[in-house]
Amino acid sequence: MITSKQISSAVSGLCIDANLKLRPDVVKALKDSLRKETSLKSRNLLSILLENCAIAKSEKIPLCQDTGMTVVFAEVGQDARIQGDLTTAINKGVATGYKEGFLRKSIVADPLLRKNTGTNTPAMIYYDIVPGKKLKLTVLPKGFGSENKSKLYMLNPTAGYDAVVNSILKAIKEAGPDACPPYVVGVGIGGDAAKACYLAKKALTKPVTFLSDKAHFRKLAKELLAKGNKLNIGPLGAGGKTTLLGVNILSMATHIAGLPVAVNISCHSLRSAHKNLQSS
Amino acid sequence: MKTIQLPIDEKTIKTLKAGEMALLSGKLITGRDQAHLRFAGAIKKGKKLPVNIKGQTIYYVGPTPAKAGEVIGSCGPTTSRRMDAFSPLLIKKGLTTMIGKGGRSKETIAAIKKHKGIYFMTLGGAGAYLSKRVISAKVIAYPELGPEAVFELEVRDFPVITAIDSKGKNIF
Ligand code: SF4
Repeated sequence: MITSKQISSAVSGLCIDANLKLRPDVVKALKDSLRKETSLKSRNLLSILLENCAIAKSEKIPLCQDTGMTVVFAEVGQDARIQGDLTTAINKGVATGYKEGFLRKSIVADPLLRKNTGTNTPAMIYYDIVPGKKLKLTVLPKGFGSENKSKLYMLNPTAGYDAVVNSILKAIKEAGPDACPPYVVGVGIGGDAAKACYLAKKALTKPVTFLSDKAHFRKLAKELLAKGNKLNIGPLGAGGKTTLLGVNILSMATHIAGLPVAVNISCHSLRSAHKNLQSS
Repeated sequence: MKTIQLPIDEKTIKTLKAGEMALLSGKLITGRDQAHLRFAGAIKKGKKLPVNIKGQTIYYVGPTPAKAGEVIGSCGPTTSRRMDAFSPLLIKKGLTTMIGKGGRSKETIAAIKKHKGIYFMTLGGAGAYLSKRVISAKVIAYPELGPEAVFELEVRDFPVITAIDSKGKNIF
């Protein structure tokens, strides 16, 4: 049995962890880019970003003031026994984590009336039913500076490889200096409109070196990395070779009439943390 | 690197060139989307603003809550472009200095040039680092907005890059 209490406490811990400790793969990508960057100003900015990670971790100050909309991917094993209401337990964990971690509450209850809920809930929860007894919880606090740069392109089925590359590059150019580059670009290709967007976001939970799980999409991701890093956007828009830290692509089947391409851009402060709970 | 005292006077503004880095010290106010909406609404209705914006520096930020014994939480910049709907009006009413991240609209750039203002970018996503450069913070307007309230901050050696200078030159 997995209890509500276990779930809430796991989620609250993940919210705090993700916001204080930058993922090791992202830290490594920043360090690697610092080695390759030749612009003095951009090197200076990258070093400050790394210093920011160190301060956040040691002094327990959130990496960024936008501690995000709390996105939760819940992979629920179909043989897991969960006591109580799972959604309520997750939201309770978010509320506790944001309070105890001194994280910013950035959620308004209604998009037009705009009153802050004061708890950073509701979380954006995506459920996936998987085989097994485990409950895997992944928390991705997503800042909205970069979320606002999300794009969905419903391309023609005959548009082909180049059109996909160009659409994604267009999304990166449109984000430009605004969304705290260097970016990690999450891409979802295929499915319907909603699934493509979901895959693009989920791709951000993979390590920044993931590229894709399919060879032809790995090639595409590599090409995007090379082209994206020539855009001269650079760290925080100050120019240089470091525009992208990673491109991650997830794909799935789609319809004969379409080629959906969704782009979910993450800033350099790509934060996520996960935990497995086991049904005993 | 230049060190600059806030509020910046006209003469200093004119010496700063796009691309130049500087360290700011002194007092400024904060404001993001909702504060801008309210400022603009008050100006249009001919009402008095709750804070003085003449010659003022505004920093686009909504900090995380301060822990006990700390001045402020994480406090990096938010995306400036969202303030572009309001900035030309505020600049016309005397606001001189803006701090945020990313690019600005044609209209804001034109207003900066016309009224000899300046737009700085600071380090987006370095909120923990920047919190160490803030030495005092208090809410001075719209406390009900929570993280979006208007604060008065005193900063010391706050790092910025001149992104748009008083001639309208833009680094992006
Ligand atoms: S885009 Fe990312 S790093 Fe920049 S302010 Fe938003 S959450 Fe922070």
